[in-house]
Amino acid sequence: MHELAITQNLLATVLKEAKAAHAEKVTTIVLVVGELSGAVSDCIQFYFDVLKKGTIAETATIEFKAVAAQLKCRDCGLKFKPENEIWSCPECHKQNIEIVGGRDCFIESMEVEP
Amino acid sequence: MKIQVLKAVTSANDAIAAKNRQIFNRNKIFVINMMSSPGAGKTSLIIQSIKKLKKKLRIAVIEGDVASKIDAERIGKTGIPVVQINVGGSCSLEAHMIGPALDKLPLDKIDVLIIENVGNLICPAEFDLGEHKKVVVASLPEGDDKPSKYPVIFSEADVIIINKLDLESVLDFDIVNFRKRIEGLNPDAEIFELSCTTGDGINEWCNWLIKEARKKRS
Repeated sequence: MHELAITQNLLATVLKEAKAAHAEKVTTIVLVVGELSGAVSDCIQFYFDVLKKGTIAETATIEFKAVAAQLKCRDCGLKFKPENEIWSCPECHKQNIEIVGGRDCFIESMEVEP
Repeated sequence: MKIQVLKAVTSANDAIAAKNRQIFNRNKIFVINMMSSPGAGKTSLIIQSIKKLKKKLRIAVIEGDVASKIDAERIGKTGIPVVQINVGGSCSLEAHMIGPALDKLPLDKIDVLIIENVGNLICPAEFDLGEHKKVVVASLPEGDDKPSKYPVIFSEADVIIINKLDLESVLDFDIVNFRKRIEGLNPDAEIFELSCTTGDGINEWCNWLIKEARKKRS
């Protein structure tokens, strides 16, 4: 449910960047959403469609890029995707696990018109 | 025209959090963001900590809840400054909510500010409030598999507290297994086992608070 706050943050950043570039219109936003970022794309889309009204991003669309979770075993160094409930290394079966991918949710780029 | 942005989706929040942190540092206040699922015992732990530390540290509390002033009233009875934030439809405190609360606190007379977040193990992990340390409270009735179910918050905590230790004999919570899961995900986290009911383990936690507050003031 924190997607409302996330989307408000997203829109604030987009409008700030557009203003800095002296753009009149935002057409596309490329958003990278990691599997472990805690953000749900469908929810962001829903809130974005409500929040963008009356802004220069009113007709903008979001292009979502999903990034899978990636874990790394601190003991043997193997990188792997989480597949079981308890995160453990598929090679050495230890539970010393670090999150190395899929944690972030960030705006990669955006397309604007002058 | 394409603009490269490469900014976290929470960057607007993070910028406000950085300003909050500047205020805390300027006033030499050590700030913790206390998070847990609802009912893990955050408020009880805060009250126990205030009782133990009242003569040693000047503590203030910001309370985050969806609704009501129940927690602020409980804490207010200890006589320390407390501000309640009701987040309404939000599921977490956000950095911009902290500023107005700080206006109501005597910042030059505080050593430790405890921010009690909304009970939730997902959303609060995403919003930096400007705190110095993230403290996650887990409790025995929740089960020892919590870190595996909510790995993000447990992997980013600086301190993890295992509360309600007094219920160990009536629950099948495996403390060794819980610690193993935590140490696997987050080997740098400090872990305290305690009970707010019996007071066991409270001293160790309070000593940590004193140590961190002194570091801030020196």
